[in-house]
Amino acid sequence: MNTLLEARDLRISYAVRGFRRKPIEVIHGVNFSVSAGETLGVVGESGSGKTTLGRAVLGLAKVTGGSILLDGNEISDLKPKQRRTLASDIQVVFQDPYSSLNPALIIEDTLSEPLIVQGKTARDARAKVRSLLDAVGLPSDASNRLPREFSGGQRQRIAIARALAPAPRLIVCDEPVSALDLSTQARVLDLLIDIQRRTGVAYLFVSHDLAVVRHISHRVCVVYQGDIVEQGPTAQVTSDPEHPYTQKLLLAAPVSDPIQQEKRRAERLRLRDQHLEQNIQAGVT
Amino acid sequence: MLIYTLRRLAFGVILFVLVSLITFWLLSFSFDDAVTARLGPAASPETTAALMRELGLDRPVMLQYFDWLAHVVQGDLGKSFFTGEPVASAVPARMGVTLSIVVPALLISVAISVILGVTAAARGGVVDKVVQGMMLFGYLVPNLLVAIFFVVLFAIQLHLLPATGFTPFSKDPAAWARSVTIPIIALVVAGAANISNQIRGAMIDELRRDYVRTLRTRGISPMSIVIRHALRNAAGPALTVFGFEFITMFGGALIIEQVFALPGYGIYSFNSALENDFPVILGLTVFGVFLTVGVNLVTDLANGWLNPKARIH
Amino acid sequence: MQRLLRDPQALITGGLLLLITFAGLLAPVLSQHDPNQASLEAVNVAMGSPGHPIGGDANGRDIFARLLASINTAAISAIICSSIALVLGTVGGLIGGYFDKFRNASEWAFTLIMTFPGLLVLILLTPITRGDFRFTMAMFGVLLSPSIYRIVRNLTVAVSRELYVDAAKVSGLTNFRILARHVLSVVRGPIIVAAAFMFGSAISVQSGLAFLGLGSKETPSFGAMIAEGFRNFYISPLQYLWPALALGVINGALVLFGNALRDVLEGARPKPAPIVSKAAVDAARFDGLKPSGAALVDVRDLGVAYRMSQDEQKEVVRGVSFSVEPGETLGLVGESGSGKTQTAFAILGVLPAEAIVTRGSIVLDGNQVIGAKEREMRVLRGASVAYIPQEPMSNLDPVYTVGSQLVEGMRASTSESRGAAKARALDLLRRVGIADPERTFRSYPHQISGGMAQRVLIAGAIASKPRLLIADEPTTALDVTVQAEILDLLRDLQAEFGMGLLLVTHNFGVVADICDRVAVMRQGELVEIGNVEEIFSSPQHEYTKSLLDSILDEETVRKDPPVATVAGRAS
Repeated sequence: MNTLLEARDLRISYAVRGFRRKPIEVIHGVNFSVSAGETLGVVGESGSGKTTLGRAVLGLAKVTGGSILLDGNEISDLKPKQRRTLASDIQVVFQDPYSSLNPALIIEDTLSEPLIVQGKTARDARAKVRSLLDAVGLPSDASNRLPREFSGGQRQRIAIARALAPAPRLIVCDEPVSALDLSTQARVLDLLIDIQRRTGVAYLFVSHDLAVVRHISHRVCVVYQGDIVEQGPTAQVTSDPEHPYTQKLLLAAPVSDPIQQEKRRAERLRLRDQHLEQNIQAGVT
Repeated sequence: MLIYTLRRLAFGVILFVLVSLITFWLLSFSFDDAVTARLGPAASPETTAALMRELGLDRPVMLQYFDWLAHVVQGDLGKSFFTGEPVASAVPARMGVTLSIVVPALLISVAISVILGVTAAARGGVVDKVVQGMMLFGYLVPNLLVAIFFVVLFAIQLHLLPATGFTPFSKDPAAWARSVTIPIIALVVAGAANISNQIRGAMIDELRRDYVRTLRTRGISPMSIVIRHALRNAAGPALTVFGFEFITMFGGALIIEQVFALPGYGIYSFNSALENDFPVILGLTVFGVFLTVGVNLVTDLANGWLNPKARIH
Repeated sequence: MQRLLRDPQALITGGLLLLITFAGLLAPVLSQHDPNQASLEAVNVAMGSPGHPIGGDANGRDIFARLLASINTAAISAIICSSIALVLGTVGGLIGGYFDKFRNASEWAFTLIMTFPGLLVLILLTPITRGDFRFTMAMFGVLLSPSIYRIVRNLTVAVSRELYVDAAKVSGLTNFRILARHVLSVVRGPIIVAAAFMFGSAISVQSGLAFLGLGSKETPSFGAMIAEGFRNFYISPLQYLWPALALGVINGALVLFGNALRDVLEGARPKPAPIVSKAAVDAARFDGLKPSGAALVDVRDLGVAYRMSQDEQKEVVRGVSFSVEPGETLGLVGESGSGKTQTAFAILGVLPAEAIVTRGSIVLDGNQVIGAKEREMRVLRGASVAYIPQEPMSNLDPVYTVGSQLVEGMRASTSESRGAAKARALDLLRRVGIADPERTFRSYPHQISGGMAQRVLIAGAIASKPRLLIADEPTTALDVTVQAEILDLLRDLQAEFGMGLLLVTHNFGVVADICDRVAVMRQGELVEIGNVEEIFSSPQHEYTKSLLDSILDEETVRKDPPVATVAGRAS
């Protein structure tokens, strides 16, 4: 298996406003890797730093320590001009379908933007736009319309089409289905899986929803307050986790069956009391 | 809150120095014109040079500036080139006259605007349309024309109020009130239009927020929500507008004074500018900048007091 | 552009302005005299005299010619002033707004400009302008640039935070292209509107300065003409009127044109939304419909609609009926647009002002809610029914401490003193699981976390011991671990107080955890209602089945191995 993307001892800090304030480290030296054609799920809650990881890979967040390697080449400290050439390798699908498309531009303009940057002619770009819309299951007359004429799920498909435009090898998906209705979630997830099977693109799939991550990821890493506390094949991490935080996360997610949920709740409370006991005995709290 | 205040004060001082420096530097380009104006076109170069030396205008500009600044800090603003009056006493007196129109005008505008703006936003419908119409009217007619219109109407046609002249408050409050009424009305027409527009807009935005609905579900009365919550949130941005409006009104007052022959800042500025009376011009600038910096400081502090989040920035 | 041409206000005022501008440009053709040419016969000559259609002024100059020439002065003033302000302000705003490292510098620069005391400076700097109005207007342009800067900077900052700008960066666009394409398209409209209003300011200010007497005697301007006419008032009372009218018309036209431009370019401004909706009831047919049983709330055939246009309404809640018994939890489930939140708002009586209740009855604790006056509803809110919102942060007033908001809500339902309310509030905060109640009581909303804020809101809701609690997606905005804790809390509180709970949600896991009965809504209609075990194990309605099917189940795990890249680069 060839490693496409690798992070080694990655550290990210944010500067704090004010006189002589020390920066706050939000990612404390993490390691992970994504192979070609694979999906690595990144699970965590708010404040865990999972979104920051994704943004660092995209070049939208400044890396303050360690490295990110693409095909073995360092990409975390590139000059802006060099970073721009990575557009054909790494792309993104964001969470919010309502603000990830410029509301004033028609779909054709939004989709052809990355193509024109790469140097395609307007005519080639138009043809490519049609094939992209087809790949995500949207009719070709969509290209002349504005984003507001589409539903959330459709807009997310457009965002996926935009990500596919330069034929990238890795797409960072930042909570791509979290803002969608239940019935749409499954469809968009299946579309993503389908695209992966057809084109061999890899995904760095960031999400807070274990069920979603389980569905699409080959491997999963769990992020908690800036550290990766557990990493491994999906089946193992999501059914039989080792780290207490992963266990807590798993049990906290409600299962859609009243009887099962009652059992899970009982187990979660039992685990919680167990941890409380351990903490008291260890002198914490 | 204390640190915030000190920070804003420090900014104010720096701004004051920079503005006075730039103004001084700009004016220095016409120092020699002033001298020739005083002496007349027939003056010989020797007399001109002598006068310049006497007035200290032949030194490098930066040196002149720091010398002037050193005096200012001690309270000495020099004397007028023409009347010999000490600037430090002449200018504040004129400022007092102008402020005696601007401050009441602002207060009245704010009072009217809060009532109109809040009512329009909270009631909507016909009331809102009427208020919008009133605001539009205020915008349409420039200050100058309003002043002239009122003078023609009240003073000249109806003989109700004096057309020109000013009586200081200390001499005769009633006469003072009569002499400032029309100027104040002229300023209020435009000022109230602007401020009520701002308040109405801010209140409309505020009343749409989620917390308004949640407060209602607790059983709190709509009136209480509008005044204690929405208005207080809207007040922050509104205060900044009050500050701008104050400075704008001050500017408007400078012009209106001419219509009413009020011995205020406007006429004094105009005369000293025409006569190239530099100590007075600089003195007027100093007090003018005090005013601007002071107003901005007050609105910043009030905003910080009203809105705890603002103090962080 | 086409919309502009269709708007009558824009058309009339724009056309008027165009006409006036052309009149000014054609001045040499239209008038017979040079504006500065003085002749003895023309002194104070009356209107309609040969060669002087509007008469002559005190110096013997033709008023009509001077009026036309003044138009040009005004136009030049406006153009000089606005161009400088626009260029300075826009460039500063784009750079300061988009590039973080330049923002401090640009803020300083424009704050400095703003500190110059406006008009005073223009007067005082006459020695260096020597009365040339063009120079003065250029300075005024600089003085006005901060207002343009502020507009552009705010818009640029807002746009630069949008996700589509991030996406553009990832697509490889240079900053320049992002500014030109994405930022400028948003900034364009407001700048054009601001320019229109600035034209008016420039003309007014130039007139004011000329009125004072600053400015070359050779330059004809409205201000100078008004001053001369004013001085001449007793000899020729109408002389000041013509320039005054001209100035008024131009200024008024500019303001109205600016307003029309704003409506077209920026769209409709938000309208006032009165908190208490007036006549929102439309043919409610519920007279005397008293339900039997001890239901906390009984909803029958509820209809809520919004006005789409002059004659049509769209119903977002279409004939919904259900009830909640004491002590039970009813889940109201649906996707976006199902009408579940609107239903909840209708029970609380807090529908937005635009909502119309078209039919049905809501009996809450024995009282009819539809058509009830605000006063009556206030009695019910707190004691009979309480509300927990979805998004904790935006539902707390940012300028009051958390504690004072709690106390205010409590005292609205009871008559206790402030001291007693505070003590009870601290107890409540402890009860909902907040570790340091005193500290939280004193904190402002922005100082506490989302989970804590939601607990505070729950405390506020149960403070008056309501019989029915309505929770609108109370855990959707929270982390899953916090969600579990909040659900535990709600269950405990419900058991302790015996409350009924109406839980609006789209998450079936939450339903499985806490609900006794479930009602499924779809596009305003209630399609299925029943016990939670039945609904999950044997759903009856197609829609319910499809919803349950699309839930990602616990067993599915990605099994297929990663595909090696298909024939090199995928296309």
